[in-house]
Amino acid sequence: MNTTENIRLQDTSKGRQLKDKLVLGMVILLSLITISPIVLIIGKLIAKGYRQISLEFLIQNTPDTYSAMTALANGERIPGGIANGIVGTLVMVTLASLIAIPIGIIIGIYLYENPGKRLANFTRSLSDVMQGVPSIVLGLISYLWVVKHVTNGYSALAGAVSLAIMMLPMIVRSTEETLKMIPNTLKEAALALGTPYHKVILRVLIPTGFSGMFTGILLGISRVLGETAPLMLTALGSSMINLDITKPTSAVPLLIWEFYNDPNMIDLIWSSSLMLMAIVLILNVISKQIAKKTK
Amino acid sequence: MIQHTIAEIKDPALSIQDLCVYYDKNKAVKNVSVDIKKNTVTAIMGPSGCGKSTLLRALNRMHELYDNIRTEGKVLIHDENIYDVPAIKLRRQMGMVFQRPNPFPTMSIYENVIAGYKLNGIRLKKSEKDEVVERSLRDVALWDEVKDTLHKKGTFLSGGQQQRLCIARALAFGPEIILMDEPTSALDPIATSKVEDLLVKLKENYTIILVTHNMTQAARISDYSLFMYLGELVEYGKTKNMFTNPKDPRTEQYLTGKFG
Ligand SMILES: Nc1ncnc2c1ncn2[C@@H]1O[C@H](COP(=O)(O)OP(=O)(O)OP(=O)(O)O)[C@@H](O)[C@H]1O
Ligand SMILES: [Mg+2]
Repeated sequence: MNTTENIRLQDTSKGRQLKDKLVLGMVILLSLITISPIVLIIGKLIAKGYRQISLEFLIQNTPDTYSAMTALANGERIPGGIANGIVGTLVMVTLASLIAIPIGIIIGIYLYENPGKRLANFTRSLSDVMQGVPSIVLGLISYLWVVKHVTNGYSALAGAVSLAIMMLPMIVRSTEETLKMIPNTLKEAALALGTPYHKVILRVLIPTGFSGMFTGILLGISRVLGETAPLMLTALGSSMINLDITKPTSAVPLLIWEFYNDPNMIDLIWSSSLMLMAIVLILNVISKQIAKKTK
Repeated sequence: MIQHTIAEIKDPALSIQDLCVYYDKNKAVKNVSVDIKKNTVTAIMGPSGCGKSTLLRALNRMHELYDNIRTEGKVLIHDENIYDVPAIKLRRQMGMVFQRPNPFPTMSIYENVIAGYKLNGIRLKKSEKDEVVERSLRDVALWDEVKDTLHKKGTFLSGGQQQRLCIARALAFGPEIILMDEPTSALDPIATSKVEDLLVKLKENYTIILVTHNMTQAARISDYSLFMYLGELVEYGKTKNMFTNPKDPRTEQYLTGKFG
């Protein structure tokens, strides 16, 4: 190699180093921009809400306006908590999951098995459309179906149905997409052993795709955890813990809305939001752990 | 079309009659007729793309999974057309080892070996399971390598080990006929020779149909050979005769390395 060539090589390598640094800087900057909103939000919630957070906040029902007003006047911590909302949210989301997960998985499997069929294509488009339907409309539908005809009044069941309709398309999609990613050779291996088709699905395809499907389900749950609008039309709210699914029930996002509308309790919106974020976060961590274990 | 039946084969394990396989309009296996002798190793040879895998996969009706593939003709096993019996029953009689290893990723090595029983809901006692697992893994010369990690996932094994695991899985279920699609293409020479020894031993109890690109392998272990070219069965006969005295010029060209 002669000298001029050597110099040219060094030059380009220096130029490349500069370029590398520039790109790295851009990446870091963009990442910071991306995460800054979430950091700011959590920071704000903690700053404004930490004073209210205590064990009581988790295990007591919402205070009435009068006691909140008194506490406010005396500069004390607002008494009570959001236990009715936490329990209501858990009840309704669990119920919604029980409805949406099996149905969603079955539809997802059907779509995967019959990719070209007209009914499957129709179902798939319908499911995509459903994903775009405003959640308040789903609340309205559940109001017409469940509130009016099943529970004859506002109820946790009605809330759960509206949330289930919301989760359904997400579960359908993630099931289908996950199954599609599983190589055909695996299906062939199971069939070549004389395995009946339904067992291939249950014992090979679903376990293999479990973590992917699970992630989809969790995404759906996280999404409906914060839903307020459909619950206003269906679950209504309640100032007590209620475990009867045919009765009006509270939920954390409903409480946030109620607190927001009551000047005496407006301070509670921060701590309640913090709790809601915490539930979502915990769910996420749990799901990651489960997904890791089953991999 | 010549009927490629060898006169001496009576009571064949498998009688393929005028078999055609189409991928959409493309005829990949053209009117193949052949009788496979019991307790032998029969090699299917031919250049890449000539339809070897396609023929093999027709025998356990793997093609039925796909809408664009159509099969015509008959395959008789115990005088019964395989297309007339339930696919599940047929596939339990015919084990298959694929071109690429495909262990079940969610199952341990142990579970992979007894997957046939597990997936078919056949319950075995713990001692029976242990016995099947050990015997099958010893057969494929994998036991010593994995006996301490039986409960680890099968996908942690090397490619060659995975392939032997898949052979063990096919054997464990006790089929009559074993279909193998280049089972040693991912193995090192030592593992290959172990598998070859195994096949020779296995033919006492099983009938083996083996797709192979490796002519010396075919010469070493097969009793009969079947040469295919562009979807047609060109020549079929005793391996010895075919290698020393091929009848068709295309077979001769292939065997002397002119193509493929
Ligand atoms: N899934 C498929 N769809 C359409 N055509 C296919 C498909 N699989 C194989 N073919 C065609 O069928 C013919 C035979 O293929 P096949 O896989 O049986 O060949 P092969 O003899 O096994 O080759 P190789 O030795 O490379 O494995 C080829 O021409 C191929 O293009
Ligand atoms: Mg092939």
